[in-house]
Amino acid sequence: MTALLPAAAIAFAILVGLALAIGLVGRRGSAALYVLCAVVAAVLLAIDIAALAVGASTLLLPFGLPGTGVHLRLDPLSGFFGLVVNLGACLTSLFAIGYGRHESDRLRVLPFYPAFLAAMNLVLLADDAFSFLVAWELMSLVSWGLVIAHHRNAENRAAGYLYLLMANVGTMALLFAFGVLAGAGGGYDFDAIRQLQRPVWAQSLVLLMTLVGAGSKAGLIPLHVWLPLAHPAAPSHVSALMSGVMTKVAIYALVRILFDLCGPTPWWWAVPLLLTGSATAVLGVLYAMLQQNLKKLLAFSTIENIGVITVALGLALAFRAGHMIVAAAVALTAALLHVLNHSLFKNLLFLGSGAVLHASNCDDIDQMGGLIHRLPVTAWVFLTGCAAAAALPPLNGFVSEWMLFQAILVSPDIPQALLRFIIPAVGALLALAAALAASCFVRLFGITFLGRARSPAAADARETDRFSLAAMIGLALLCGLTGLFAAALAERLAPVTLALVGGALPPQQAGPAPLSLTPFSSAHSSYNAPLLLLFMVISASLTGWGVHLLASRRTRRTAAWDCGYPDASPRLQPSGSGFAQPIRRLFASLLFRARDDVTMPIPGEMDPAVLRTTLSDPVWDTLYAPTGRAVLWAADRLNRIQYLTIRQYLGFTFVLLILLLVVVAIWQT
Amino acid sequence: MADLMHALVLQGGQMFLVLVLAPLLMGVVRRIKARLQRRRGADLLQPYYDLWKLLRKEVVPAENASRFYRIAPYVIFAAIWVAAALVPTFASGLMFNWSADLIVIVGLLATARFTLALAGMDVGTSFGGIGASREMMIAVFAEPAMLMVVFTLSMLAHSTQLSAIADYLILQPVGLRISLGLTLVTFTIVLLAENARIPVDNPATHLELTMVHEAMLLEYSGRHLALLEFAAAIKLLLYVSIFICLFFPFGMATGAPAAAAILVGVLLYLLKLGIGGSLLALGESAVAKMRVFRLGEFLGMAFVLGLLAVLLLFVTRGVRG
Repeated sequence: MTALLPAAAIAFAILVGLALAIGLVGRRGSAALYVLCAVVAAVLLAIDIAALAVGASTLLLPFGLPGTGVHLRLDPLSGFFGLVVNLGACLTSLFAIGYGRHESDRLRVLPFYPAFLAAMNLVLLADDAFSFLVAWELMSLVSWGLVIAHHRNAENRAAGYLYLLMANVGTMALLFAFGVLAGAGGGYDFDAIRQLQRPVWAQSLVLLMTLVGAGSKAGLIPLHVWLPLAHPAAPSHVSALMSGVMTKVAIYALVRILFDLCGPTPWWWAVPLLLTGSATAVLGVLYAMLQQNLKKLLAFSTIENIGVITVALGLALAFRAGHMIVAAAVALTAALLHVLNHSLFKNLLFLGSGAVLHASNCDDIDQMGGLIHRLPVTAWVFLTGCAAAAALPPLNGFVSEWMLFQAILVSPDIPQALLRFIIPAVGALLALAAALAASCFVRLFGITFLGRARSPAAADARETDRFSLAAMIGLALLCGLTGLFAAALAERLAPVTLALVGGALPPQQAGPAPLSLTPFSSAHSSYNAPLLLLFMVISASLTGWGVHLLASRRTRRTAAWDCGYPDASPRLQPSGSGFAQPIRRLFASLLFRARDDVTMPIPGEMDPAVLRTTLSDPVWDTLYAPTGRAVLWAADRLNRIQYLTIRQYLGFTFVLLILLLVVVAIWQT
Repeated sequence: MADLMHALVLQGGQMFLVLVLAPLLMGVVRRIKARLQRRRGADLLQPYYDLWKLLRKEVVPAENASRFYRIAPYVIFAAIWVAAALVPTFASGLMFNWSADLIVIVGLLATARFTLALAGMDVGTSFGGIGASREMMIAVFAEPAMLMVVFTLSMLAHSTQLSAIADYLILQPVGLRISLGLTLVTFTIVLLAENARIPVDNPATHLELTMVHEAMLLEYSGRHLALLEFAAAIKLLLYVSIFICLFFPFGMATGAPAAAAILVGVLLYLLKLGIGGSLLALGESAVAKMRVFRLGEFLGMAFVLGLLAVLLLFVTRGVRG
């Protein structure tokens, strides 16, 4: 038990060692590096699973800040998030054994990769503000290195710049949050922070700063702008880690600070989480619906899911403040399950997009089509990921949404009237987001894998290598298994919910049948995915048998019928933007000021008709563009200070000194 | 053991009944519509003949149809059949009920829709793609609206199990409630939209630019088409049954019912189905089909009314206690 943390620390050290050693081995060590990463991640995974069951253990390392040292702690919460991180890391490394061979600039990826894994693990293990922030910043910087791995592309450089900027803002906000948390006494280890009593304004400041700091890393709207640019810019296996796993580390920071370090929280803390979460969910998936770029679409879908998780966390906070302990446990379990589920299917989808990208050498879904014929295995695993992301039973995406709805349905008992107004609207928005996600993933899979090839590249695509396929098949199986055995999984989360909200789900064996998921009681609601799957298999087999008995078995392949007007060109299939047109017209015309302009040629002319669609991003236009202009303007003005005489500089210093003394004088009285 | 047998018989009977009745309901609706248009109309059993005919015909897939195209009809049929087996028709407290609740039924129907939309895109024709795109647009409104209905009823009954909701509505004097009224409107619109009925889509149309459901089936033939048509019929029966179960559950056998109660339940169910089918035919004959882009307002209204019903419940709950 106590050996867990040292073991984790050693594994962590190995990862850092790998990152440094790559300089010696050079580019040939690619496969070996990824194998080692997969092994180390598997070991860490085992440690995390053990920690989830065993409980907290701590370790103090004698370096770091003088007098503080580095505090490490492995408790059920960090164990669970460690599970998410290392499960993703293990399978992504497996994928990269094959995929990494195609990398053009290996030395720009290889050293950063293990360091990235190590940094994410260290964030989860840190037990004092200083090591937490160091690990957090390391995670940001190393992932920035991976984002600009393909730096010859100007778009990637711009994405890297924006990412670095937003990461800095986020870290600064977190720095501030921890400063307020530690208070004037300056006890930076988490135990001291938990003990401290803070005034209300300080608590509120912590909430705000945490939402900015962790929220910007997770991709909460309006702090999401960097995410859809940076995640797709990295090589696909790194995109999978950033989108599927790093955003979860940000959620961990949110949970750790709001549920654990802050102590008891007032009910209204739920309000900002619920509002930003639901807005993020709906806007994220609407953005995703409008994307043509495969990886960008997936990145926006990540934003949607982060919104869903944030709503669940907000509900848990509201229930905890209202002393509805079981409901709080249900909401928190839903959030944690969705963390795991999203990481699995998003890893799968990003790895699949890597396979598609490598096979067809393009990332525009309007150039694809018919890939199910060329990449049969990838197509089916990708379909599994799409179905999970569209929250379809019996896969895993559905389970967490189902639990979240169950939590919403008991919320009329919350004492605060304001929350009773907000929560049904939030529930409606989540329902809308789920339906939009289904539409979005029908579009993604249908345009990319089904139909006819829209370009020669897509027509000549080749199936990817065995390692990549093994990783994707593993993830697809996990998507199925976590969907089927959610009840067992939810029960394993009891230590986490007990520690954070003081309650847990009722024992799941008491349900109406084995493996039933019963959040409250079986009279209230239950969901049994294995049985449901069994019923579906039985009825499908019965149908197949009946058809086999009764129906004609003759089959004749011929040209497509298409209502008697078969179209020769594959360009006549609906394109990605064509598929999204109804949604664009109904939703985006208001939110994104989407316009479709059709220019028809004069009758008799041979010019083609042109359809031009324009979109504007409201968040960028109203928030970022003015901020950017203001910063540039201020920088211009401040430029003048750079060319002053020494007397003037001394004068400034003097004035500043006086000001500080005045502040201290006021503080003392 | 006897209990288990009893439950199995009830559940099996329900699944069989759904299978047998679905084409008949289709036939009744078509017949009444024909009469309203002063036509004689086809035989009541015509849908059965059609299915049989399709089953005996050869399958003619397009050359580039993938394996997904051939598997999809079975997945769709199974998902809808299982969903239909979960809805109490003549008796509540079915055996399968504790494996899934109303939200799961919505999820199963979403699975069927997801598969059907993809199947429509598989061959890569313009009609199939347009159909899939429009079907998903309709679903974007209809599915959340349906979830709002689920929210309202499960908050009233303190359960998301359909059986428990039916029991609650039978046994408790609910009376007239504004939220139930709003829910009725919402659910009616969802029923029309999900089953491709007028004014959302025209079930009788074919070879028309505005078709939605038919456009996705265009490339299907033979046994595959038979399965998809059959699945559509079961889906209609499923929605009418949910309608009956939620708003007119009286006479349904509850608990561990006696044979007589079951008989009454079945007869009443048949009667209610007949009335439901007639109302559907009447309604369809009375209105015209909408333009596709008007659907946003129509279905959006359903969604907003559903949300209003939920909000009312949330707020009044606080007032009472």
